[in-house]
Amino acid sequence: MALLEVKGLKTHFFTREGVVRAVDGVTFSVDAGQAIGIVGESGSGKSVTALSIMGLIPRPPARIVDGSVEFQGRDLTTLSDRQLEDVRGREIAMIFQDPMTSLNPTLKIKTQITEVLDRHFGYSKDEAGRRAVELLEEVRIPNASERLEDYPHRFSGGMRQRVMIAIALACNPKLLIADEPTTALDVTVQAEILDLLEELRRDHEMGLILITHDMGVVAEVADEVAVMYAGQIVEHAPTLELFDHPEHPYTEALLGALPQLEGEDVREGRLLSIPGRPPDLIAPPPGCRFAPRCPYAHLGDGCADNEPELRRIRQNHLVRSRHPASERQREAAPV
Amino acid sequence: MSEREPLLVVDDLRKEFPVRSGFLIERVTRTVKAVDGVSFAIQPGRTLGLVGESGSGKSTTGYCILQLVKPTAGSVRFKGKELTTIGRGELRTLRRDMQIIFQDPYSSLDPRMTVGDIVSEPLQIHGVGTRRDRRLRVRELLDVVGFNPDYENRYPHEFSGGQRQRIGVARALALNPDLIICDEPVSALDVSIQAQILNLLKDLQRDFGLTYLFISHDLAVVRSMSDDIAVMKDGKIVETGLADEVYERPKERYTRALLAAVPVPDPRKMQERRHERRRLSHSLAQG
Repeated sequence: MALLEVKGLKTHFFTREGVVRAVDGVTFSVDAGQAIGIVGESGSGKSVTALSIMGLIPRPPARIVDGSVEFQGRDLTTLSDRQLEDVRGREIAMIFQDPMTSLNPTLKIKTQITEVLDRHFGYSKDEAGRRAVELLEEVRIPNASERLEDYPHRFSGGMRQRVMIAIALACNPKLLIADEPTTALDVTVQAEILDLLEELRRDHEMGLILITHDMGVVAEVADEVAVMYAGQIVEHAPTLELFDHPEHPYTEALLGALPQLEGEDVREGRLLSIPGRPPDLIAPPPGCRFAPRCPYAHLGDGCADNEPELRRIRQNHLVRSRHPASERQREAAPV
Repeated sequence: MSEREPLLVVDDLRKEFPVRSGFLIERVTRTVKAVDGVSFAIQPGRTLGLVGESGSGKSTTGYCILQLVKPTAGSVRFKGKELTTIGRGELRTLRRDMQIIFQDPYSSLDPRMTVGDIVSEPLQIHGVGTRRDRRLRVRELLDVVGFNPDYENRYPHEFSGGQRQRIGVARALALNPDLIICDEPVSALDVSIQAQILNLLKDLQRDFGLTYLFISHDLAVVRSMSDDIAVMKDGKIVETGLADEVYERPKERYTRALLAAVPVPDPRKMQERRHERRRLSHSLAQG
C-alpha cells in the first residue's frame, strides 16, 4: 500500500474576482522511502498541492472542494484540525523555501526543537535536550551542543535550513514535504542540502515530496517526477524516463528552455521559448490548458474544446495531451 | 580576441564599506571589502559574464562601473575616458552610453508612471527630440522588445514579470547605449519566460552591436550569454577566460566546485557529479 495517496484533489480559492482553480484534479501517490518531485512554474499549483496535503491552506479563501488525501489509509481531508495537528510534524513534516520566516527569531534553536519533542512525545527536559543534540549532529551542524543555545540570526541560510530539517526530523516522520527547500540558497550550499536530504531519506526510509521549479533539482533528487501546469499534472513518469523521453509538449518546451551548462556551442544557440504565458485559473481554457501555447494544437483537432485525460502512454508513464511526442513521431513517419 | 580598443577597462577596482558598531556611540570598527582589486576589459560587441555566489561583490562591481556607487580606489575607463575622476557634466553625457537592467522588474519600475513615460524618461532627461519624436521613439522601442506599443498608456502592475522586464529593456535601449550592464536580469522569472528574455537580449546584441556585462549567480544562464567569463568570490576574480575554456577546463578549484554544484537536468550524470562534489569539497576543506 502506498504511504500517501492523493486522489482527484481539487483546491479552489473563492475570491472576489471569481473561483481560482489552483489545484484542479491532482492524483499521485508516494511509497515509503520514495522521492517524488513535483515540478512546475509559478502558479502551477505545486505549492497549493503541498499545503492541501498538510491541511495548511488558508481557509477562507481556499477550500478543498473534491478529492481525498489518504495517508496510511486515513483520509486527511476529513480530519478535524486537532487530529491534523497530531499528524503534522509527527508523521508528515514540511520544510519551506525561506527558513528565516519559518523559525521564530526570538527563541533559541534549542527551544524550537524541544518544543516539538514535548508536543508530540512529552519528553522530559533532559531527554529532549539530548535528542536535540543528536538531531543537529544528524543534519551535520558542527558543535551541536553549543549551537543549540544560539538564536536563528546567528546561522547562515544553509545552516538555518539544516535546523529546519532537524526540527522536521524530530518525530521521525514517514513523509517529508520540501517546498523549494534550496531556492533561496547559493548553489554550493544547495548541493549540500540536497545531498543531506538524500542521505536522510535513505537512512530513515522516509517518503519525500520535493516541490521545485528547477528541473535540475528534480533530476538530482527524485525517483519519479510529476510536471504540473495550470493546476493539473500534465506528465508523470520515473525520472530517467521523463528526461530521456519527455512526452508532453510543455515538458519538452520546459527542458528546451533551460540554458545548458555543458557543450561548446551554447553561446551561439537560441533557447526554445514558450510563447505567451500560463492561463488565468479563474477561467481556464475549456479544452487542453496548454492548447493556447502548444505548437502542435491545431484548429479542429479538439484541443481547444475537450480536456484531455491523464492517460497511460507507456508503463509508468502518464501524459495529459493529445499530441505526445511518441505519437507525433509515428504520425510524421513515412508509411 | 580582437585587436580593437576595449570599450570598458576596469583596473584594480576596490570598494570598501564601513561597518559601524557600538552602543549609543557608533564608530567604524572595520571595513568590508566588497570589491577587492577587480580588473577586466570588455571588447565592443562582446559579453563578459560575471558570475559568483551571493556576497561575492559582482553587483557592487557593476554599480561601481556606472559610478552609482563611488569606488574606493581603482580605475574605470569607458570609451577611453576615466569615469572615477571625470566631471559631473561629462559623466552625465557618458551615462547615455551605458545603461543597466535590474533583476526585479517589480521594484525597478515606478508604479505611478505609465509604460510610455518609463521608457521615454531617459530621453526627456537628456533632452532628446521633441515630445512627438519621443513618443514615436517609445513606440518603436516597445515594438523592438516585443511589447505591444498600444499598451503605452498602461501601468507596470498590469503586466507579468516577463513583460515588465521587456519594459526595463526598452528603457535601457532608449538612448542607444554602447554598454548595458545586466544585473541578474532573469533571476525573478520562470524558466519559459526567462528563455524569452535571454533570446531577446541576444537578438538586441546582434542587431545593435551592444556590449554586455552580464551579472548572474546562475552558471548555466551566464554560459548561454557570455563570450568571456570572470568568476568572483569574496570581492576578487578567481578565474577568468573564454567561456568555453572556463566551463570545459576550469583551472581553479573554486570554479570546479561551483560547476559541480549546479544541478543539471540530466539524471544520468547525477552520480558522477555527486562524486565530483564530494571530492572537491574534501579538497577545498583541506585548503
